[in-house]
Amino acid sequence: MFFPGSLATTLKIECIVEQTYGPWWQSLHRTMLRGILGKTFRLVGYTIQYACIAHCAFEYVGGVVMCSGPSMEPTIQNSDIVCAENLSRHFYGIQRGDIVIAKSPSDPKSNICKRVIGLEGDKILTSRPSDFFKSHNYVPTGHVWLEGDNLQNSTDSRYYGPVPYGLIRGRIFFKKSCS
Amino acid sequence: MSHLQMLSRIPRPLRTLERGMAQSQGWVTRYFKAFCKGFFVAVPVAVTFLDRVACVARVEGASMQPSLNPGGSQSSDVVLLNHWKVRKFEVQRGDIVSLVSPKNPEQKIIKRVIALEGDIVKTIGHKNRYVKVPRGHIWVEGDHHGHSFDSNSFGPVSLGLLHAHATHILWPPERWQKLESVLPPERLPVQSEKESLHGSP
Repeated sequence: MFFPGSLATTLKIECIVEQTYGPWWQSLHRTMLRGILGKTFRLVGYTIQYACIAHCAFEYVGGVVMCSGPSMEPTIQNSDIVCAENLSRHFYGIQRGDIVIAKSPSDPKSNICKRVIGLEGDKILTSRPSDFFKSHNYVPTGHVWLEGDNLQNSTDSRYYGPVPYGLIRGRIFFKKSCS
Repeated sequence: MSHLQMLSRIPRPLRTLERGMAQSQGWVTRYFKAFCKGFFVAVPVAVTFLDRVACVARVEGASMQPSLNPGGSQSSDVVLLNHWKVRKFEVQRGDIVSLVSPKNPEQKIIKRVIALEGDIVKTIGHKNRYVKVPRGHIWVEGDHHGHSFDSNSFGPVSLGLLHAHATHILWPPERWQKLESVLPPERLPVQSEKESLHGSP
């Protein structure tokens, strides 16, 4: 027990406390910091790992997509959730009549969702609905002809021409039917 | 009889053998688990890196002579393809880019960007003399005119087919260099809508 009034004694006690507990505080700070750093690195590592697994899954297997727009009605309504798979694209198994997701030819950052009407070499009716005279054309090699199911309200190959096969992202195989 | 007493009755070499077997089984399981863990970490990360960041490819053909493959079939250049630079589809005139061939989706072609969307190009050997590049498209040409299957054959290509930007030649060592984004003056677009920086940063 010491007298709180005595400054010298207080300082001496403080010195002893620092000498005994000082290294303890330092080591505690060090381990806490190391613990936090370790946790941060682990978190970053796990994030990178799961982001890479997600990229591989979306790129090579498939994923869930939300379609917006009226161009595929009545098959796919606005804001429908669909499942797309990318294996057909990689193995070149896209058939006529498949609904595919492709990059838009005029805007590479957005996607379009249309049906494959013709593959390369097919003879296609290429005139627009407003044209009086019908014109036919052949789909060039390496391209596909896409049309939406809602012909009156769809911007598709009838407007921007045949779409290169390399722009196709995936094929839709399942639609979650909303009530 | 207690457990310890039973254990003490088993001859010594057998006990060592049992312990050894248990250890080796644990070693196999541990190795297998570590392999699986490493596999599921290393493969996705490597695949994502090669798809999104950068990869390396060998150039074949003479369509980009003399910039690439000046030696013809004797020595093919190996170039560094940078995916990260084109993740937002931003290219400049004069860049050497690799893209999915519009005529054959299994093949990648490497050409130079001559014109961006909105430019009017004077074509060489195309059915139209002057072509305006539509929105979202680019006009690519090989440096070796006449020996190149490029936009003069198949027209403007959609930016969605862009694969990567070739930035450096890595092999052979005597051809180590950074590929410059220069446009030959005779191939400048006749009229351009978008102003872009000349040369690469």
